[in-house]
Amino acid sequence: MSALLSTRNVETWYGPIMAIGGVSIDVPEGAIVCVLGANGAGKTTLLKTISGAIDCRKGQVIFRGKEVQNRNPDAVAACGIAHVPEGREVFPFMSVEENLIVGAWGRADKDAVARDMEAVYAYFPDLASKRRDMAGFLSGGQQQMLAIGRGLMGNAALMILDEPSLGLSPLLTQQIFAIVKRINRERGITILLVEQNAVAALDLADHGYVMEVGRIVMDAPTAELRESDDIREFYLGKSDEGIRGEKRWKKRKTWR
Amino acid sequence: MAISDVFQLLLIGLSQGCGYALVAIGFVFIYRATEVVNFAHGEIMMFGAFVVLTFAEFWGLGFWLGAALGLMTMAAMGYLLDMLVMRRMIGESQASIFILTVAIGLILKALAGMIWGFSPQIMNSPFQGQLSLGGIVIGTDRLAIMVGTVVVCVLLWAFFSKTRVGLAMQAASQNQLAAYYSRVPVRRLVSVIWAIAALVAAFAGVLMAPITQIDTEMSLFGIKAIAGAVVGGFGSIPGALIGCLIIGVSEPFLDYLYPPLKGVYAYIILLAVLFVRPEGLIPQTYQKKV
Repeated sequence: MSALLSTRNVETWYGPIMAIGGVSIDVPEGAIVCVLGANGAGKTTLLKTISGAIDCRKGQVIFRGKEVQNRNPDAVAACGIAHVPEGREVFPFMSVEENLIVGAWGRADKDAVARDMEAVYAYFPDLASKRRDMAGFLSGGQQQMLAIGRGLMGNAALMILDEPSLGLSPLLTQQIFAIVKRINRERGITILLVEQNAVAALDLADHGYVMEVGRIVMDAPTAELRESDDIREFYLGKSDEGIRGEKRWKKRKTWR
Repeated sequence: MAISDVFQLLLIGLSQGCGYALVAIGFVFIYRATEVVNFAHGEIMMFGAFVVLTFAEFWGLGFWLGAALGLMTMAAMGYLLDMLVMRRMIGESQASIFILTVAIGLILKALAGMIWGFSPQIMNSPFQGQLSLGGIVIGTDRLAIMVGTVVVCVLLWAFFSKTRVGLAMQAASQNQLAAYYSRVPVRRLVSVIWAIAALVAAFAGVLMAPITQIDTEMSLFGIKAIAGAVVGGFGSIPGALIGCLIIGVSEPFLDYLYPPLKGVYAYIILLAVLFVRPEGLIPQTYQKKV
């Protein structure tokens, strides 16, 4: 499979501080790829660089064979990348339906837009009963669903999800991840997912990257990542006990 | 004070308030979309009145054609003002943006004075008759403002809540980044909002022209409109409308009751409201996300 989206040695700075450096990832068409990492590892920066919200200083972002780095975010989105940002970013004073209508901006095919809207309501029945309600008054989970639904309305080939589980209950996280999987399988939308909830993300994704302080430190299929000692200890919280039955507190990560 | 006098003053106040409201609407639109407080809005209104005067009187195109062309010109000017000047200020401090808008206002005022002179000019408009309803006499000029304001409000409401472009503009002002991610060309739409705001302000200028005459001091109107917007709750459209109507209606009554403070009452009301309810009468339901 060829990569739908790749980044090549992307380097992004916030003023004098380099947030990410030398980041190269590949997202194959039709796959679910996750990027794991702790707070401040540069995951969100990577996504923002891909979707054009921040300009990178070096490197390329290649989508469908075209370089799209440092374009305006609306131009990148028009290429077929739907970025669902972190923290349930909805349009708070507009109704659910109006949020979805804005999500379909730039599409001329009215019938297909209407079909997609019904598809969103089918994926998220919670939203269907609140079509006329103001988005700002929805619950956190519903706002996250609406943000994903709005991303779907753009009919993009690639959906970028930034921490969809942020602040949601484990049950709701499970539901949303199940729907993300269905969106991927049923609609053939490629997914690039950033998560702190490593257990859920590794179950969902086919391939994973691990970021730390602005760099990619691991790159492997998720089955392999799940078995890796480092991932098990630092991201899944399962540690093997030492000889004397106590946790070794000074264990080093092998990639340092 | 006879009851017919009360009605008379009420109608005058309402029409005055509608004039303020037309300016305040554009002012609030710009604030909501870009968080820019445009202190040049009164000057844009004044400039618009002069442009219409030029088309209608000096070039002899007549009131209606002149007004149409003048409003279009002002819309184009609003668009270009954002595209060439304000867009570059994104991310700068509020203080520099404030100073810039004040400077733009001064430039427009000086420019208008240089082109058209500083003495008041009269525009012939079709609204110069009088209508008497059961002893209450009202000028058609004042009636035109009220009708015009209602029409503009209905049109703007329909545009922003019923059309796709209008919804996208709302989206862009509520959550700019999310709008960008949804393919909405935010920058272009912000320029269009400036165009609409300038157009509505010029419309107010045209309607107020028969009452106040056209001169560079017309721009003071903008400050009262800003006062109305603040009274109503900064950033809320219904609030701005109500705030402007309150100021418009109370002015003639207070002027009548105690004339020495004529012209200052708008600011007294502003201060009083800010003391009692600093967030304004109808604040936004909750704080806008940054």
